[in-house]
Amino acid sequence: MGVRKQLLWLLLCATCWAAAPAPQPLQAGEETAIAAGPTGTYGGRLVVGQRSEPKSLNPITAADLVSREVYARMNADLIHINRSTQQTEPALAKSWKVSPDGRVYTLKLRRGVRFSDGHPFDADDVVFSFQLYLDEKLNSPQRDLLVINGKPLAVAKLDQYTVRFTLASPYAAAERIFDGLAILPRHLLESAYKEGKLAQSWTLNTPPAQIAGLGPFRLKEYVPGQRIVLERNPYYWKTDTAHHRLPYLDELVFTSVGTEDAQILRFQAGDIDMLNRVSAENFLLLEKQRRDAQLVDLGPALEYNFLVFNLNDLSGRKLDAIARKQAWFSDVRFRQAISAAVDRDGLVRLVFGNHGAPLWGNVSPGNKLWVDQSLAHPRQSRDRAMQLLKEAGFTWTVEGELRDRNRNPVEFSILTSSSSAPRTRMATLLQEDLGRIGIKVNVVSLDFRAMLDRVFNSFDYEAAIMGLGGGDADPNPEMNVWLSSGSTHLWHLGEKQPATGWEAQLDRLMQQQMVTLNYGRRKKLYDQAQQIIAEDVPFVFLGTPNVLTAAKAQVGNFHPALLDPYTLWNADQLYLRGGGAAGK
Amino acid sequence: MSRRLWLLALLLVAIHLAAVLAGFVSPYDPTAQDREHPYAPPVHLHWRDAGGLHLRPFVFAQTSTDLYSYADDRSAIYPLRFLVHGSPYSVLGVIHSNLHFAGVDDPATLHLLGTDGFGRDVLARLLYGGQISLLAGLLATAISLLAGALVGGLSGFYGGWADESLMGCSELFLALPWLYLLFAVRAFLPLHLGPGQAFLLLIAIIGMIGWARPARLVRGLVLSGKTRNYVLAARGFGASDTYLLRRHILPETAGLLLTQSALLIPQYIAAEASLSFFGLGVSEPTPSWGNMLSVLQQYNVLVSYWWLLAPAVALLVTSVTYGLIASALQQRLESATA
Repeated sequence: MGVRKQLLWLLLCATCWAAAPAPQPLQAGEETAIAAGPTGTYGGRLVVGQRSEPKSLNPITAADLVSREVYARMNADLIHINRSTQQTEPALAKSWKVSPDGRVYTLKLRRGVRFSDGHPFDADDVVFSFQLYLDEKLNSPQRDLLVINGKPLAVAKLDQYTVRFTLASPYAAAERIFDGLAILPRHLLESAYKEGKLAQSWTLNTPPAQIAGLGPFRLKEYVPGQRIVLERNPYYWKTDTAHHRLPYLDELVFTSVGTEDAQILRFQAGDIDMLNRVSAENFLLLEKQRRDAQLVDLGPALEYNFLVFNLNDLSGRKLDAIARKQAWFSDVRFRQAISAAVDRDGLVRLVFGNHGAPLWGNVSPGNKLWVDQSLAHPRQSRDRAMQLLKEAGFTWTVEGELRDRNRNPVEFSILTSSSSAPRTRMATLLQEDLGRIGIKVNVVSLDFRAMLDRVFNSFDYEAAIMGLGGGDADPNPEMNVWLSSGSTHLWHLGEKQPATGWEAQLDRLMQQQMVTLNYGRRKKLYDQAQQIIAEDVPFVFLGTPNVLTAAKAQVGNFHPALLDPYTLWNADQLYLRGGGAAGK
Repeated sequence: MSRRLWLLALLLVAIHLAAVLAGFVSPYDPTAQDREHPYAPPVHLHWRDAGGLHLRPFVFAQTSTDLYSYADDRSAIYPLRFLVHGSPYSVLGVIHSNLHFAGVDDPATLHLLGTDGFGRDVLARLLYGGQISLLAGLLATAISLLAGALVGGLSGFYGGWADESLMGCSELFLALPWLYLLFAVRAFLPLHLGPGQAFLLLIAIIGMIGWARPARLVRGLVLSGKTRNYVLAARGFGASDTYLLRRHILPETAGLLLTQSALLIPQYIAAEASLSFFGLGVSEPTPSWGNMLSVLQQYNVLVSYWWLLAPAVALLVTSVTYGLIASALQQRLESATA
């Protein structure tokens, strides 16, 4: 390289550096937080692929995962769930106190914190943000979380750096609800809110200068159909252990790539630096072809895949054929028999390529804090399945086909979403497993929306394979599923009162654990709930995939976690080894 | 030229015969899952080992070294055995048997084209899938040619408002984006439809949509045919419409229909394959060439397991054979009329 070329190169680098804002020096009296872990080096851009483009950058209205992946990097919450420890940690609130009855939370805010546009942050921004989340007209998806037993929580400013939240009733682990609730700048959004235009603000086309947040990155540019570029927030309130202001990266780029397969191809080509979650087949492929990359298997994810039978009230719906089959589905011995007939080991091998875990209950073994270790894990047993069916009055023909009491052949269809390859594969395995005990199963794979419509609205299905959970390790987000009045109480939606004794008991246990503040006592209650769920089989639990992630070797501090957003949760600490140039 | 036609026809018969006799030819049941052998590569037939040449080919047992990777266990050889008893099957629903052409003893396997992700034998699925795909082609072609000949014949023979309305209708059918139409149709089907029923319904739909082109061709022939001197002469002698159509005019179209069928059959086999590819055709576990190909949508399968491309090869060979026959027939037809 000639001297002139070198000079040119230096000049080029210099302009690059000028483009990214340098981190601001720490101010006196600024209460920063220190992020634990090894220190990194400044510079570089990290490129992440997404399935589609985000719809919006407005944390109040954007409900989809893709949008959240982007705006969560630009915003911060008061109390945060550390994705690695699964425990809460101080964020914008440097400390908090809980009243003895567990209803009043008093939060002390950090002083000297500034938004990414340099404007100072204080209690007014917190009160304003919660006003938005609780506004019924804005209909924010987060509102549900903040309404406990039908009553919204109340927010009051005590002084410039103290806020008090009051809950209508005690709520276990209430500090967890603050996670992910972005604190928004009142100085930028208040006029839009007063004019009733808040839902339309902060779209992708909003000029970057009008968007500010408290997260590690801020918006730099949006190129429609190609990418969203975030740059360092020079005022970010976290430092590393050497008191250097985070984040390390100059830029974080999101490109919309499409399917997972397309992302794999782009990762192989080097266009993408990180893969958020990879299917087992693609992970095996990467293991073969990309030994140089960091491939991390985090073990069983928190979500669960299951088979659910339609036990909805079908009166007045003209679904007589399904109603007749409900006589089988509602018999717990029938459901237990199905569960006994499932070859979960084969499922883990053939669907998750051994990168997964079989499930017998709703809590994944990955959720170490809450899983009931005493739950039985019976292996596949055709004999037990047939014994249970016999007890329930079923018989077999000479050809081995199952017949019910009225000599009707036992046959039902399983609905799956055609967009989920793993669940479609599970259905094909179940079809064979159940065929062995004489049950004929038809697999119907429908477009995801058409399937949801049948499960949630028309009830025109017999059984379905679905997946739930994975949002948080805590039991409270599961309330929707197990309370008989819950909105995802899939097997029997819209129950006015519990239809069975065990559902009533489940209601009691779930309600009770919600208001129990002591972990040990709460765990006992939740263990009992897990026992009931495993015994009465409202869902036939099948398995859960491992969380599989990948990143290029240069990505430093790559510590993916079991909780969403698996890889980007510590975006402020990610850096590129060998300086920024390597990442370009 | 004629010899080539015979050879092609022979190849075609062989393909169809293999599909019909799928149960006998393939050693395994197409839906049986061997969960210990997912994505096993094709088994090699060996003729010689350390001991020298064997008269009868043999295989080694495949042992799984890691998930989806296999090695031959060379400690024992398993000679191919002919006419063995295995899983039961039926030929055309008439002959029931469990006799298979070849097989090997456990624990060796005779997956000559490997297995898919569920450990199902690809050869068996290819042959049984051929039954569905080839039958779909034949049936749908029969339906559309029948409808086409009927509509085209009537329209050409009678002319006037019947001709205009029928041909207007055919134009509409030609203009329809029928792939989307089929997507819509599948969404309306009830869940309780078995794979067989769904299949028949789809054939009916493919066939019904395809009648327009042959109808227009037949109409053209009939139109010119009905003004020929011998037709006019027969009419002068008092022949009825049905007699004229049956005796003089429709036989004229036989050559055309034959060529059309050779063109349409592969087209409809491909149509069935593409519908199954999109998940609209026969559903699991029943194999068809299309739904076997649909796993290749996944990148890792495409690059890792080449033997799953077998249905694509079968589809190609069948289509090319039909296509060559069509052009040979066309040439014959032209030389006959010239």
